[in-house]
Amino acid sequence: MTANGLWDFVADTTAEDSDLTAVRSALSQAFTVREEPGAAGSGTHRRTWLDTFDWRLYKAGLTLHFEQARRGGRLVLSKADGTPQAEQPVTRWPRRPGLAQDLPPGPVRDRIAVLTSPRALLPIVKAVSTVSVTRLLNADGKTVARLVTDHVTVNAPTGDTGGGTTAELPPRLAVAEVRGYPGQARKAMILLSGVPGVSHASQSVFTAALTALGRHPADYTSSVEAEITATMPAPVAVARLLLRLLDTLELNVDGVLRDIDTEFLHDLRVAVRRTRSAIKLLGAVLPADLVEHFKVEFKWLGDMTTPVRDLDVHLLGFDALTEQLVAASPADLEPLRAFLVRRRAREFRRLAAALRGPRFRAITDDWRKALLEIRDVDGPRRRRPSAVALALSTTGRSFRRIVAQGGAITTDSPPESLHDLRKRAKELRYLLEFFAPLHDPVAYRKVVSDLKQLQDCLGEFQDSEVQRHEIRDMADAMLAEGAAPAATLLAMGEIAAKLALSQTEARTEFAARFARFAGPAGRERVRVLLEGRS
Amino acid sequence: MKIFATYNIKGGVGKTTAAVNLAYLSAADGCRTLLWDLDPQGAASFLFRIKPRVKGGGKALIRGTKTLDDAIKGTDFDHLDLLPADFTYRNMDLLLDDAGARPTRKLARLLKPLAAEYDHVFLDCPPSISLVSENVMHAADVLLVPLIPTTLSVRTLDQLTEFVAGFSGRRPQVWAFFSMVDRRKKLHQEITRDLATERTGVAANPIPALSMIERMSVERAPVTAFAPRSVAARAYRALWAEVQQDPKP
Repeated sequence: MTANGLWDFVADTTAEDSDLTAVRSALSQAFTVREEPGAAGSGTHRRTWLDTFDWRLYKAGLTLHFEQARRGGRLVLSKADGTPQAEQPVTRWPRRPGLAQDLPPGPVRDRIAVLTSPRALLPIVKAVSTVSVTRLLNADGKTVARLVTDHVTVNAPTGDTGGGTTAELPPRLAVAEVRGYPGQARKAMILLSGVPGVSHASQSVFTAALTALGRHPADYTSSVEAEITATMPAPVAVARLLLRLLDTLELNVDGVLRDIDTEFLHDLRVAVRRTRSAIKLLGAVLPADLVEHFKVEFKWLGDMTTPVRDLDVHLLGFDALTEQLVAASPADLEPLRAFLVRRRAREFRRLAAALRGPRFRAITDDWRKALLEIRDVDGPRRRRPSAVALALSTTGRSFRRIVAQGGAITTDSPPESLHDLRKRAKELRYLLEFFAPLHDPVAYRKVVSDLKQLQDCLGEFQDSEVQRHEIRDMADAMLAEGAAPAATLLAMGEIAAKLALSQTEARTEFAARFARFAGPAGRERVRVLLEGRS
Repeated sequence: MKIFATYNIKGGVGKTTAAVNLAYLSAADGCRTLLWDLDPQGAASFLFRIKPRVKGGGKALIRGTKTLDDAIKGTDFDHLDLLPADFTYRNMDLLLDDAGARPTRKLARLLKPLAAEYDHVFLDCPPSISLVSENVMHAADVLLVPLIPTTLSVRTLDQLTEFVAGFSGRRPQVWAFFSMVDRRKKLHQEITRDLATERTGVAANPIPALSMIERMSVERAPVTAFAPRSVAARAYRALWAEVQQDPKP
């Protein structure tokens, strides 16, 4: 029984029994069954379920839906089991997906803004419910329970996976208790359970709608999760891995082109970077001409996406940046923000043109075709090396290279040596992720944790430097455009000084982080990962 | 939570029909409403097709072994619940008298926990002057007094007003309204017209004597629900609108 005193059922009926004759006939054994036109809750209701592209609400055990009313509507946040958590009125839900932080202030925004940021809320499922209420009367003609029937039609909003498809769910039935008559509601429920085809609702409307539309919750993740096994021939495993990365890349294109939120481009870029690393590190098991061609093509694609992403990073971190100002005022930096926005609009047009162009289409189509050929035709003929042999040799080599390169870095080494080490660390991280299904999960987590700490430090070092140079370049560009008031340039100078400080701190921390990763204990953790405890 | 009580020492003057219709109108406005049928005859319960029975009887409610909350039944209408009558209510005077200190405030104390759940409570009282009616007067914010337009009823109203004026502390607002008014009778016309203009606390909107109101016992529903456009329903709506305001000075 739910909090509202409702018992939920689903009726698996045929089209001929759309008015649920069998249900009515069963209930008439104990009650007089009478329609209640205009009853509270009856009529047509429109709901839209929302979540981020990567299902952040669902993964946090929450569902969010917008209930449309004649004027405006309301947003309702619930737990997965339907328990309401918060709701707030909204005048309308914009046609364009929006960020939770752009909602008017209210309890729903408070609960989800941090959780979903910086991702936009997308319509996942739309449902139109036609609800009718039937009264169940006792011998005195008194209503002692109600049967609430909900015929739900669902569709996936256009532009998303399964866009435009519509499905009708089996009618949902609920027995609503009338206060003071719990026994009668129970009786109605027992009668309902006995009707062939009627069963307790095991899924929420949202979950049932996803199933009907051929989707399942959390059907997108940006992590690799390739379906590979240890004994698989290496070319097959690599092709599977690269196909999975290509899927991720393509899934994000629509979101990038519609400029829904910044993370579509981020995930697309990660897929491109992982693909480039895989080609570089594992390409030996693939045809050489294929490797040569796509090495160039994916570099082009990666470079094409860089300017917009760099500007996104500046804009996403802009507020945090202004909060750090000591001497200057946040308002001083507003001309910089305006400059970034203008420049992003320009770069975005270039990126969109590239993603809509023939070169990009050729890359994705030809790459998929070639990989499918390897996975299904050429690869299976080759037994050696196996996937696990490839994983162990490449991972071991990558680790040893980091140990050697990092060990040679001293306090006098130029910044480039750390930048180079960062690239090697990233490659090792990707190799670990690619072959994650072949490793012992505990050993894997330990190595990744060490590596992540080293990567964070190297990332801080390089990002601070890159951003500092970018700020200088932007100051030049703003001056050239005549869009740089003196106060803004001073504030940018203060930001550059902060970045220099962060870089120095990261450099100081490097030795300790590297020692943890590459010292005896770290090496032992990698040995356990690659060779096993025995 | 605002408590309305329909009260008159005499029976058959339209207390129950007023309580039932005004409670229905309150609920139809979206206010969470409870009607307590305090009359052991159970007419209000009958009109809502609810059995006039409370588990443990009046004794359990007054002694607190059962809360009012447990005895409440949902009517067929949204936002409208009923606390049914029970034949043991005929002994409610004795039960109240045994209820310990300040027996005239017992009903008020019993109703207090319902404040969060209801916006309006209607008490439909049995015709009498007793400890029950005194309890009702102490519990109510508004006393709705149906009057048949006769000289004697006017005298009764005077006595009631005087009685309530003697309360120390909180006193209910008294709203009298003419009930079962027969427009063919000259006396009814005169008294209805004169008293409503001359006295404070007398509603300008009377409830006429109509067969449609009597039909409630056949339909077993408020006339405001089964014949919302009838003259009778209009009269109750006008009265409901009026008694929600403060009486004219």
